[in-house]
Amino acid sequence: MTNYIKLIVLGLITLFALIAANYARDLAYLVNALTVALVAAGLFLWTLRQTDEPTRHVDLSGEYMDGVVRAGVVATALWGVVGFLAGTFIAFQLAFPGLNFEWAQGFANFGRLRPLHTSAVIFAFGGNALIATSFYVVQRTSAARLWGGNLAWFVFWGYQLMIVLAATGYLLGATQSKEYAEPEWYVDLWLTVVWLAYLAVFLGTIVKRKEPHIYVANWFYLSFIITVAMLHVVNNLSIPVSIFGSKSVQVFSGVQDAMVQWWYGHNAVGFFLTAGFLGMMYYFVPKQAERPVYSYKLSIIHFWALIFIYIWAGPHHLHYTALPDWAATLGMVFSIILWMPSWGGMINGLMTLSGAWDKLRTDPVIRMMVISIGFYGMSTFEGPMMSIRAVNSLSHYTDWTIGHVHSGALGWNGMITFGALYFLVPKLWNRERLYSLSLVSWHFWLATIGIILYAASMWVTGIMEGLMWREVDANGFLVNSFADTVAAKLPMYVVRGLGGVMFLSGAIIMCYNLWMTVKRSPAVEATNSTVPAE
Amino acid sequence: MAKKPTKKKPEVETTGHEWDGIQEYNNPLPRWWLWTLYACIAWGIWYVIAYPAWPMIEGATSGYKGWSTRANIAVELAEAEAANAEINAKLASVELASVAETPELQAYATSAGAAVFKTWCAQCHGSGAAGAKGYPNLLDNDWLWGGAIEDIHTTISHGIRNEVDDDARYSEMPAFGEILETPQIDQVANYVMSLSGTPQDASLVAEGETVFMDNCAACHGENAQGDIFQGAPNLADAIWLYGGDFATIKETVTNSRYGVMPPWNTRLSEAEVRAVAVYVHQLGGGE
Repeated sequence: MTNYIKLIVLGLITLFALIAANYARDLAYLVNALTVALVAAGLFLWTLRQTDEPTRHVDLSGEYMDGVVRAGVVATALWGVVGFLAGTFIAFQLAFPGLNFEWAQGFANFGRLRPLHTSAVIFAFGGNALIATSFYVVQRTSAARLWGGNLAWFVFWGYQLMIVLAATGYLLGATQSKEYAEPEWYVDLWLTVVWLAYLAVFLGTIVKRKEPHIYVANWFYLSFIITVAMLHVVNNLSIPVSIFGSKSVQVFSGVQDAMVQWWYGHNAVGFFLTAGFLGMMYYFVPKQAERPVYSYKLSIIHFWALIFIYIWAGPHHLHYTALPDWAATLGMVFSIILWMPSWGGMINGLMTLSGAWDKLRTDPVIRMMVISIGFYGMSTFEGPMMSIRAVNSLSHYTDWTIGHVHSGALGWNGMITFGALYFLVPKLWNRERLYSLSLVSWHFWLATIGIILYAASMWVTGIMEGLMWREVDANGFLVNSFADTVAAKLPMYVVRGLGGVMFLSGAIIMCYNLWMTVKRSPAVEATNSTVPAE
Repeated sequence: MAKKPTKKKPEVETTGHEWDGIQEYNNPLPRWWLWTLYACIAWGIWYVIAYPAWPMIEGATSGYKGWSTRANIAVELAEAEAANAEINAKLASVELASVAETPELQAYATSAGAAVFKTWCAQCHGSGAAGAKGYPNLLDNDWLWGGAIEDIHTTISHGIRNEVDDDARYSEMPAFGEILETPQIDQVANYVMSLSGTPQDASLVAEGETVFMDNCAACHGENAQGDIFQGAPNLADAIWLYGGDFATIKETVTNSRYGVMPPWNTRLSEAEVRAVAVYVHQLGGGE
């Protein structure tokens, strides 16, 4: 019976997508409509072939749902490489503008590739890592199979479809010009549906848990899912110019629009890249170290402090703009107070290793997790510092900001994800161990040196250009033209690109290592039954 | 970091919970962490009293320090203005040609002019003032409208061929594609190339000279050395605004060119216009 409803729905979607493609007002919309039509038609045929076939009913409630986590691990690794590659390429485009090839104008110039890079690493790589690990962690720590049957698969594939629609849209020019919220209205609507399904799966699993308490990692994951839903909906409030076109008009305008955008933008960092990844940290670090979490009390205090304070810190992105001074004060004060709540996670992560520090010598995966927590601590100190108005007047609009973001993204988000992937793959594919620990070491050093090259070159070039912009002579006249500052940055841009190459190489080595783990490592018996811890 | 726990009791208690093998110690909050958090909060409370912070029904609290970004920038601008007021007044009133005689004034005008140039002029003329295709090089002594400091000042003040300023420099070369036959354009282009010694088709030069004398010499002069009163470029040297190859010259003759420069006296003060005139004049080509 449900198959017939599915067939009707999929048929209608296919039909509407084809009508939309026919009336499409722009190329991005056309390509997106055809993509949707193809996917829906494919699913229609697949469902049709299954309809009225005899089905076997197996009770899987006693087993963890690991298929979707495996798919998420593969997607994380693949999107990661795509995102790092795009980032490395655009880094070289900035150093050598000739790489904005004439034949590629309009789809592969810097302006089109830059949102592709940011979305690929944050939402495709980071998002898949969060979805996959949260599905794994919530099952293990609740001793329950994912709620909602195949809804988890809908979340996974729906999210991939969102990524493909957004990415092709960027290349063809569909953007609402909001940083980290570039996808146009119909992609936003689709993501909202997928995200609510994600919330339902996660919350449903927590509700039916067999453990008496909710583990700390799940608080972080849950706060991330709920807050991102809220941020996404509010920041993307817009009215389409036509239902057959990708262009839409924002509901907010002027400084209100800017404020909403950076309330979103900063909390995308706060809840997507911090709270969500802290959830990851709280599970994988104690598991890999085989040590208890350092302090329950600290985890509960810093959790509530973090989520209460983060949400107010957005205005620090708009110092010295049309934003009123009082709002900038608000953002700055909350950013400073946020310092310790952020560091609570670092302390809990690092101190969990007390008594197991010797593992740093022997286990490169632990090393990866530790350095990721180190970068987390560094960038959550740097962030509050940069939010101080006086510091911001030097750092704002410079490459320092780019360096700050990347020490967080590559160092913290990247490294903790790599650590989680190295932990997960042997478990998910029932392998005794990783294929090669020395390849993990290679990955570790390539990535670490790459990040250091990246961050250091951006500090130098950021502070340099900030100082050059404000340099005045004895009579108070500006000394440098903008082009002078651009020319002065070339060497640092090349170093940054090299850092990117190293980070990318490390990730490719990881993919090879994980692939060989699945193919070659000795198999062990599956242990995925839902038994509560004693 | 790998310090051994020394004064610790053997092991802190865990909370007694366990999830998938993970337990939690019941360690207290680290003191330094807690006190730093309190200190940040205390600082925050002071800051929101001292600085603009609390939105009220009409406007926000201004803080006891009376601090405001807009007021601060106004003060800074006024200070900078006041510091240079005297010398700006002098620069705006003296004979332009006599600026160079006062070293102090010349030095001031040069650095002020450089700042103005980098902000407003570099976009077209390049930050080194070497120009680009269609945008004259200001470093050489080849001037379209004159290289004396008064000429430069007039050009900057009123601009060229804009529709805003009635005193803008104005001239317009006809599009000879509507006047001459294509072979004649080829001939005159080759003649023009011969003047600066650019390799050309020598067989067309003689006929080209006739075409030139009949059509072009009125503005560019019989010796093709141009006329700064009409903004007619010198065609006898190797300096080209749009390019000196055959295809570009043919394009120029056929379609004409119409380069525009905005008037700057509406956006810059007289002292600033004069400063940038001094700056450009001293770059190397000033007369």
